Amino acid sequence: MSDIVLDVQNLRVEFPTRKGVLTAVDDISLQIRRGEILGMVGESGAGKSMTGMSILGLLEPPGRIAAGTIHLSGDRIDDLDDRAMQAVRGRRIGAIFQDPLTSLNPLFRVGDQLVETIRLHTDLDKAAARERAKDLMREVGIPAVEERIDSYPHQFSGGMRQRIVIALALCAEPELIVADEPTTALDVSIQAQITALLKRLCRERGTAVMLVTHDMGVIAETADRVAVMYAGRLAEIGSVDDLVRRPRHPYTTGLMGSIPSLRKDVEELQMIPGSMPRLNAIPAGCAFNPRCAHAGPRCRADVPRIAREETTGAACWLAQTGSVDTAPLTQGEIA
Amino acid sequence: MIAFLLKRTANAAFVMLAVALLAFLIFRFFGDPVEMMVNEQATLQDRIELRERLGLNDGFVTQYTRFVTNAVQGDFGISYRNQQDVMVLIKERFPATFELVLVATVISLVVGIPAGVITAVYRDSRLANMLQLGSIIGVSLPSFVVGILLILAFSVSLGWLPAFGRGDTVDIGWWSTGLLTPSGRAALILPALSLSTFQVTLVMRLVRAEMLETLRADYIKFARARGVPKARVQWRHALRNCLMPVITLTGMQIGNLIAFALVTETVFQWPGMGMLFIQAVTFVDLPVMAAYLLIVSFIFVALNTLVDITYAWVDPRLRDDTARGNG
Repeated sequence: MSDIVLDVQNLRVEFPTRKGVLTAVDDISLQIRRGEILGMVGESGAGKSMTGMSILGLLEPPGRIAAGTIHLSGDRIDDLDDRAMQAVRGRRIGAIFQDPLTSLNPLFRVGDQLVETIRLHTDLDKAAARERAKDLMREVGIPAVEERIDSYPHQFSGGMRQRIVIALALCAEPELIVADEPTTALDVSIQAQITALLKRLCRERGTAVMLVTHDMGVIAETADRVAVMYAGRLAEIGSVDDLVRRPRHPYTTGLMGSIPSLRKDVEELQMIPGSMPRLNAIPAGCAFNPRCAHAGPRCRADVPRIAREETTGAACWLAQTGSVDTAPLTQGEIA
Repeated sequence: MIAFLLKRTANAAFVMLAVALLAFLIFRFFGDPVEMMVNEQATLQDRIELRERLGLNDGFVTQYTRFVTNAVQGDFGISYRNQQDVMVLIKERFPATFELVLVATVISLVVGIPAGVITAVYRDSRLANMLQLGSIIGVSLPSFVVGILLILAFSVSLGWLPAFGRGDTVDIGWWSTGLLTPSGRAALILPALSLSTFQVTLVMRLVRAEMLETLRADYIKFARARGVPKARVQWRHALRNCLMPVITLTGMQIGNLIAFALVTETVFQWPGMGMLFIQAVTFVDLPVMAAYLLIVSFIFVALNTLVDITYAWVDPRLRDDTARGNG
């Protein structure tokens, strides 16, 4: 199992607030292998970006990792101090953020931002770093590099800027890239180009990717495996094929039903009734139970979990045990 | 860019014409210049002749045009009080005020910007709280009080620095500078500190507010995600994005400083334009007052225009409005 790049175990992210502690990420375990793209999907506030930020060590205070571990290629990184984490960010973990319009500092030339990042993580001198920056820009498909390297971010279109952001993420050939909604802010026509580019570059390099998005279409096209998050918990995890064709968690089923398709001849898109609970009002038992058509007494009492060692699974009593009745009491509980 | 420059310059010229009108009206309506210039024994004939010679019988527009034309050429007439060319008086006094304001501005930036960054970055630290408290005091104390306190502490009690005057000066052409002699520099410290107190706190509070805003921006988080060290993100990436309003403020405030230097100059007996103006007011020396008004306004307007142009220089997005896009 030495090719596991990212290993998150029982991660729990909490936000202490005046009204009590909110759990934004609740007991998430997942792994990404070398060259693998793991899609993280879920509604806004489901905790997927929060998971990504914990991996980067960039949780906004007062948010903090309350429990669990994160290992990067065997090295534990969740307990590093900020200084040590600086050496990991950008060098071993690249990041791509949602909005390329705001990810780049407007007052610095893109070339300078690239050179800065390259020089932070390598021993290259200024001239060599500039050459490397040009190579990277060419690689991400920027035309007329010689001329564009001295342009400012505002002189690029959204798609081009996201290409620069990808180049920035790749500067130090990281083992892992955390891509937080990399295409959400882009035109639909550009989205496909950017996902294809990201996929190609990571495949070539064997970079592992955590692709956070709420767009199932992007996931289906790009990812190898998918983790579905709901209210801070993992609802289902498995290969893309399995999840798209044979979703086991009712929430995943609902998500798949909400993807518009040109081929299928459906009159209306399916919709999951209701909305995701707020973090301060997560119901007892399965967080999805108020919206679930199959919910039974057990769903309202016990929290279903995916065992940590499983690479495929659904946090659903129906899927796991075939029954939603109250769990038979064990000897201990009777006593 | 050229169109932009032309537009800004035209705006500035228009404002100056309006100010000139105001200064001109002071002449017309604050007493009769003839009465002030002649002595008591002058005959009616003398007065009529003088009136004719000064062109006071011409139409309003003609007189205003003449006033503007003369002013543009630096001719503001003769001071009633000491019968000297007003422009010569101003030329003598301007360097003193300019150096005072310049040093005060430098102090306000050199102290205010780092203080602002520190209070924003280490928000709840003891140092930040102390700076914040100090800034409240700085904002609320009138500058003459600060000046008097400084004199009390550093001149009277400690005897380190002179309490008044400008020290020795060196002439470079018509410009007399106090920056090149030890006594000139020593004399500059207290008035400049006193003048900059308010300014320092203003810059600090502005930088703090801007930093807090900027530090929340995506590109700051992204810079951190690229592995840029925290201090570098704060002092380079974030601070640069905060400087725009600081430039505006500083530019605008230099005008204010020149105007407020009046108080400081009085406290420290600083031989600048402010002192000249105060003396002119006492003697109803209208040409000097009008010239002061015009020159201070000119500096205001010129600075505003410069600030606008500097914007374009600092922020590349304003430099060309032809954002290229090929996505």
